[in-house]
Amino acid sequence: MTSGPAVPHDAPASSPLESSPVVPPAPTEVLGAPEIARALTRIAHEILERNKGGADVVLLGIPTRGVPLAERLALRLAEVEPGLDASSLVGTLDVTMHRDDLHRQPPRAIGTTTLPAGGIDGKVVVLVDDVLYSGRTIRAALDAISDIGRPRAVQLAALVDRGHRELPIRPDYVGKNLPTSVSERVHVRVAEIDGDDAVLISQAPAAAGTQAEEAGL
Amino acid sequence: MKHLLTTADLSRAEAIRILDTAGQMAATQSREIKKLPTLRGRTVVNLFFEDSTRTRISFETAAKRLSADVINFSAKGSSVSKGESLKDTALTLQAMGADAVVIRHQASGAPHTLANAGWVDSAVINAGDGMHQHPTQALLDAYTIRRHLTGERRDARDPASAPLLGAGTGQDLSGLHVAVVGDVLHSRVARSNVQLLTTLGARVTLVAPPTLVPVGVEAWPCDVSYDLDGVLGDGKPDAVMMLRVQRERMSSSGGGFFPSPLEYTRNYGLDARRLRLLEDHTIVMHPGPMNRGLEISAEAADSPRAVIVEQVANGVAVRMAVLYLLLAGDVTHEASDKHGASDKNGVSPKEAGQS
Repeated sequence: MTSGPAVPHDAPASSPLESSPVVPPAPTEVLGAPEIARALTRIAHEILERNKGGADVVLLGIPTRGVPLAERLALRLAEVEPGLDASSLVGTLDVTMHRDDLHRQPPRAIGTTTLPAGGIDGKVVVLVDDVLYSGRTIRAALDAISDIGRPRAVQLAALVDRGHRELPIRPDYVGKNLPTSVSERVHVRVAEIDGDDAVLISQAPAAAGTQAEEAGL
Repeated sequence: MKHLLTTADLSRAEAIRILDTAGQMAATQSREIKKLPTLRGRTVVNLFFEDSTRTRISFETAAKRLSADVINFSAKGSSVSKGESLKDTALTLQAMGADAVVIRHQASGAPHTLANAGWVDSAVINAGDGMHQHPTQALLDAYTIRRHLTGERRDARDPASAPLLGAGTGQDLSGLHVAVVGDVLHSRVARSNVQLLTTLGARVTLVAPPTLVPVGVEAWPCDVSYDLDGVLGDGKPDAVMMLRVQRERMSSSGGGFFPSPLEYTRNYGLDARRLRLLEDHTIVMHPGPMNRGLEISAEAADSPRAVIVEQVANGVAVRMAVLYLLLAGDVTHEASDKHGASDKNGVSPKEAGQS
């Protein structure tokens, strides 16, 4: 997922263009594969600790890169708690049709929503996403959840929290807090989709938008 | 894609994208809460100059499931019966701020005129124009064929072997053979299907009496046969699509297109005997409304091979997909101005369009 620059409410719209260098520097790696693995293991333990076990927990990954992260968390939960079955813990939640920015972008492809066999009614749903930024994706996810069931509680796990929230939403489990400027981009790469695990940070190119499929959220 | 006027405009990739989106829409329709907030605040006008039950209800259901406001306009009981022209009707709709116009008209090309004359800025969706095109019907037929016939072969006679939800996602129809049987001359469904199914890689054979085959059919990308038994037996079609005999477009009792309804049924009706000629996996389709006893016997229409009721359900999902793809996104940079995004969020229209 790419989290692109959002223009702050108080800044003139042209400022990111003026301040961007002509040739953007190479992306910096902030987390490598071992750090990501450690962060996920820690989050898995925190989820079990907070919920006093994993009996009622359902992990819902938000496409695209939240899905493999949720699957990895489920495997770790099952490793720690032998009674748990990883595949019955995890699902995916597509939020496209609940977004508030659809009319500002070209039409998006709709992802799949799959729920574990037990559904989500009365469960503790942990939403899993790669980057937490404005919070708007999570708002859409909360709406999407209320259309498919009534969980007992909803919690939020994000691999990276880069700040700049636009809504009163905060994560329960964070892999790494990453203070960023709005003109920077945070890329999360996961082995299942991109071939390797990494979190990269880069300056937005001057002509923003070519790779902004997930921008602003 | 700003309008959906004809299946000839659709590339293979665009068609697959619509079918895949329809698959996701269909998945949401098995939930308890079927309504999605996606098109909240958008207005869809159903502009029907010609009678229709299922297409209008299907579009209305699709728009309402996506939370759009729906205005139904039928020529009967409107100013059209007082002599208002299409242009003035269109200008009225424009003044009311319609985001999409779903139009059915008895004149071929009316949707094209509406989309290109500059009378309205809304998206125009063709819901059937004269003897020309009915693109959403072809899309729902392609969706139904793809769901049943891509992947592992199932015995279509066994009601228990229904395909899974989402079967065939991402695939086209290459290698499949579809027989389209009946009143091809008057059928916009046949024209739309020949183009779309061919774009998706299927082979189409039209079967009709010579009087109901249009002039110039040799330019269409399909085969033509006058012999239904031969096509069903030797052609081994994977899907048989029966067309309605459009008697309202003929004069009395066949109007010289065929000697008698009984003779039409003998030669071109799908009955129990012809059903037995089909391969195990072959499905039977009909766009509806059916003339039972004329082009299709009750036995064929009610057999487990018939996917006619499922076609109606798939129609809602396909129309949701079309409305979503035409209305939900920002297809032009100007559209972001129209919705006031630039003022509210301090984002210039250019950036809003790109991000």
